[in-house]
Amino acid sequence: MKNDSLSLNKRKNRGVILALLFSLLCLMLACLCVGKYSISPGDCLKILFGRLFGTESTWDGMDENMLLGVRLPRVMASVIVGAALSLSGAVYQGIFKNPLVSPDFLGVSSGACVGAAIAILLALPSGLIQAGAFIGGLLAVSLTLLIPRMMRSNSNIMLVLAGIIIGGAMSSILGFIKYIADPETQLAAITYWQLGSFAYVDNKAVLSIVPLSLIAAAVLIAMSWWINVLSLGEQEAQSLGANVPLLRGICIVCSTVLTAGAVCISGTIGWVGLVVPHFGRMMAGSDNRTLLPACCLTGGIFMLLVDTVTRMIGPAEMPVSILTGLIGAPFFAWLLYRQRMNVR
Amino acid sequence: MEKIYEVKDLTFRYPGYDRKVLDGASLAVNKGEVLCILGPNGAGKTTLLNCMAGILKPSAGEIKLCGRDIRTMTEKEIAALAGYVPQLHTPAFDYRVIDFVMMGLAPRMGMFGRPGLEDEKKCMDVLDSMGLADLAEKSYLDISGGERQQLLIARAIVQEPEVILFDEPTAHLDYGNQHRVLGRIKKMAAEGYSVIITTHNPDHALLLGDKAAVVSRDGTITQGTSADIVTEVILSEVYGLDIRIRYIEELGRTACLVPGL
Repeated sequence: MKNDSLSLNKRKNRGVILALLFSLLCLMLACLCVGKYSISPGDCLKILFGRLFGTESTWDGMDENMLLGVRLPRVMASVIVGAALSLSGAVYQGIFKNPLVSPDFLGVSSGACVGAAIAILLALPSGLIQAGAFIGGLLAVSLTLLIPRMMRSNSNIMLVLAGIIIGGAMSSILGFIKYIADPETQLAAITYWQLGSFAYVDNKAVLSIVPLSLIAAAVLIAMSWWINVLSLGEQEAQSLGANVPLLRGICIVCSTVLTAGAVCISGTIGWVGLVVPHFGRMMAGSDNRTLLPACCLTGGIFMLLVDTVTRMIGPAEMPVSILTGLIGAPFFAWLLYRQRMNVR
Repeated sequence: MEKIYEVKDLTFRYPGYDRKVLDGASLAVNKGEVLCILGPNGAGKTTLLNCMAGILKPSAGEIKLCGRDIRTMTEKEIAALAGYVPQLHTPAFDYRVIDFVMMGLAPRMGMFGRPGLEDEKKCMDVLDSMGLADLAEKSYLDISGGERQQLLIARAIVQEPEVILFDEPTAHLDYGNQHRVLGRIKKMAAEGYSVIITTHNPDHALLLGDKAAVVSRDGTITQGTSADIVTEVILSEVYGLDIRIRYIEELGRTACLVPGL
């Protein structure tokens, strides 16, 4: 062998990541161009590089406004949200040794919904609705983490059950908020927010989540090999020298920051964090060192495609979650069929 | 003689249960020795091993690993001295065999560390020395139970520990693979590893030689040489069965036998 095949595997992994990165960049360019108001790829690149390097404007001002003010934040938001949800989904599946886990497993999405719904109920501006969602998500996961501590248990099972308790409680609170909300305005806004959309995303919202999301993603990718170890189960990981509560805690905090950040600018979007990691495993294998970057890129591609379709079909925009569900459910069924021998 | 493990008056009780699984259990293992831990189902063999590996925290008592109290050691410090081979299992994810074996490098990795090409080569050398190099690129889920058990041992060797703890390494294996795994363990002992193994088969204690210990249902441990412990009286009492120990001239060894069903 063997050294040849070792480096061959490394080259293959690098090839997968580069191919995905190239696909994402091409798709981003395409999605910046297409829409009800189309811009040519040449003009699109001219405007982007022109603004980046400060060259003199030789393009249509309408094109620039559409591209930089509307399409670019939307495309960036789709990529960041898709990448964040997929990355945290893959991390949760790894650390909980369960391929059926999604990022809202510990209550982050339901907490974010409650936070956003309270902000909508109080008629706060959109920036504060996003902040409410972010804080709600973090609070819900903090409560979930508190329950096992109160029970003096470090086990995954206790954490899973705590997630169910907090998720259930948050759903009830959300139900109550919906019950007392004004059905004409507030209830509609809460429901629309729950279905997820990038229609109202602006540059400010995107930039607000970039720093924390980048740090969280970098930490998770840096810890990717330890996520392999954690995926063997608590006892085995500990016998290999892993400080399980510490490593798992860091992974949960970073994944929560990513998911809460994503949910706060787009609303709740289902299926992405569950399905994309499986698709990533089919392309890049189970080793989290390759899987996590592959999931970020695949998640970005998937979300960008879905958002572009939702803004192009029909006279009004369809909420993103409807399409992710329509694609995600049959895709997941197909994945299960393919991997039925490995599902034990 | 240098002591690898010293267990003194160990007591363990699972949270929420009144029964003490281990109650005043004591044993010692010297460097280079093989200790076979016997006992009926539910007596606490695996609990004892998990306490010794630092996975479970005892209710009372003391465990010293290479002279250090394991309560004062980090997970990495314990794992660098004591390798742990769990019972055969199926991981949730489909790792390549080489990636699975490389996880044995964990005790020497930092929080943001990951193995490099040199580490991969080192693990390949271990697989090569065990005649398992051809499995390196295969999926861990696609290989047989016997091969998986051998790879769990390879992963423990990659840890470069002083002592390796085996939790029922022959459980779930066919007769041929049981003896191949026992042969591997005996070879490792000859290479200087200290070995602690739990088993349901008292014949394993005779095959592996050295020392044996019996965990009784009352949570205590009786330890001695294999010849002292693997006796008809003790085994018959432990397993509630008429067990005979006979010298088989053709094989040149003593073996545990039951007269019939």
